[in-house]
Amino acid sequence: MFEYHRPTSVGDALAVLADVGADGKVLAGGQSLVPVLNMRLAAPGHLVDINRLAELAYVRTEPAGVRVGALARHAHVERDEQAYAAVPLLRRALICVAHPTIRNRGTTVGSIVHADPSGEAPAVLTLLDGEMELASVGGRRTVPAAEFFIAPLESSLRAGELAVSAYFPRPPARSGTAWREVSRRHGDYALCGVGVLITLDDDLRVAAARAAFISLGPTPVLVDLADAVAGRPFDAVDWGAAAALVRGQVEPEDDIHATAAYRRHLAGVLTARAGADAAREAAA
Amino acid sequence: MTETLHATRLVVNGVAHTLHVPARRLLADALRHDLGLTGTHLGCEHGVCGACTVLVDGEPMRSCLMFAVSADGAEITTTEGCRAPDGGLGPVQQAFTECHGLQCGFCTPGFVTTITAYLRENPLPTEAEAREAIGGNLCRCTGYQNIVKSVLRAAELVAPEAAVAPQAGGGLSEGPR
Repeated sequence: MFEYHRPTSVGDALAVLADVGADGKVLAGGQSLVPVLNMRLAAPGHLVDINRLAELAYVRTEPAGVRVGALARHAHVERDEQAYAAVPLLRRALICVAHPTIRNRGTTVGSIVHADPSGEAPAVLTLLDGEMELASVGGRRTVPAAEFFIAPLESSLRAGELAVSAYFPRPPARSGTAWREVSRRHGDYALCGVGVLITLDDDLRVAAARAAFISLGPTPVLVDLADAVAGRPFDAVDWGAAAALVRGQVEPEDDIHATAAYRRHLAGVLTARAGADAAREAAA
Repeated sequence: MTETLHATRLVVNGVAHTLHVPARRLLADALRHDLGLTGTHLGCEHGVCGACTVLVDGEPMRSCLMFAVSADGAEITTTEGCRAPDGGLGPVQQAFTECHGLQCGFCTPGFVTTITAYLRENPLPTEAEAREAIGGNLCRCTGYQNIVKSVLRAAELVAPEAAVAPQAGGGLSEGPR
């Protein structure tokens, strides 16, 4: 049995979190946490419900990117037209998160903090070099995506901290992004998924290319595709070479849903498809 | 250990209630046990099956993945609240009856609430859109064909004039999906 707290301001929430320390767990959308509690897989002593922190229910599009508050539901983020215009990959990836009913309640920041290696939001944050804003009674700190994800379901969030927002930088000019994933049924966890970011130079040749994968490792897996595709015209990229590069770098594992070999195969195929889409968008 | 009870105000199907529930009481259990509204069904209890879907301030949500106390102050609509004003079958329920959209009926309450909300935003779904709309609800009896038909029939019943109007473009819409 947990003790329930429902703070009404971020300051109050941080005070409670400082008080309960490692025995406290933040409840936002609860679409991952409540199943864990229902199945008795975790038993925190204190639940800190942040659903009254209206000040965190925002999606804010700024010149340099999109800042998503801790109480912004996936549905809010995916429908926000300004956010879509600035960082289209957000909507493209988030519509693959479970089903609309889950996205009506689940939050994007919560999904990132949950740090599930099959989660879409952590991979988008990783691909775009985003960052997390973490607050505690001691102050605020910013953690880049590359340092935030430690292991499956483990992030660098400390006891007593609240993730107050996630920041998704707008990709550079002449960039394109795409999201592709394969799951057994639409809405299920992906067997493999990938986000690709392509940036072209003034001659519409590939200047930079990278991919972030889900369900392929303990955290989002970032692969630089430049060695296979840099310098090629956007419409004459050898995506087969990019796929081969990816197959050689990723280290998926077998599980009940798919073999490592199948996941590696998917990683290559999905990279080629997403890469071609992203390159076209970058040139448009 | 005595559990702390939390005063929780819910407006369910238009009726205001104040419950005193432990924090761990799921919204689904509060509806069923505290309010006796057994139309909401609990299948998987981890958000997969969709049987427990209710509308929270008009939005479909899993009542098995919310604590009642967390919904304090919210307006909830269950399948009982999807009836017609005269107490008879509402349009979605009527469509399920006409199209044989249920067999054992266990999953039906979640479909009724989900489809009721969906048709408010998308009154004229195509068959593909109807299929997508129910993607988060599991049914182990029907094979879904008649549920898809029920969605389309419900659209006709909700907006009979709109439903016979020609659909611009038809087919699947181009977009991010």
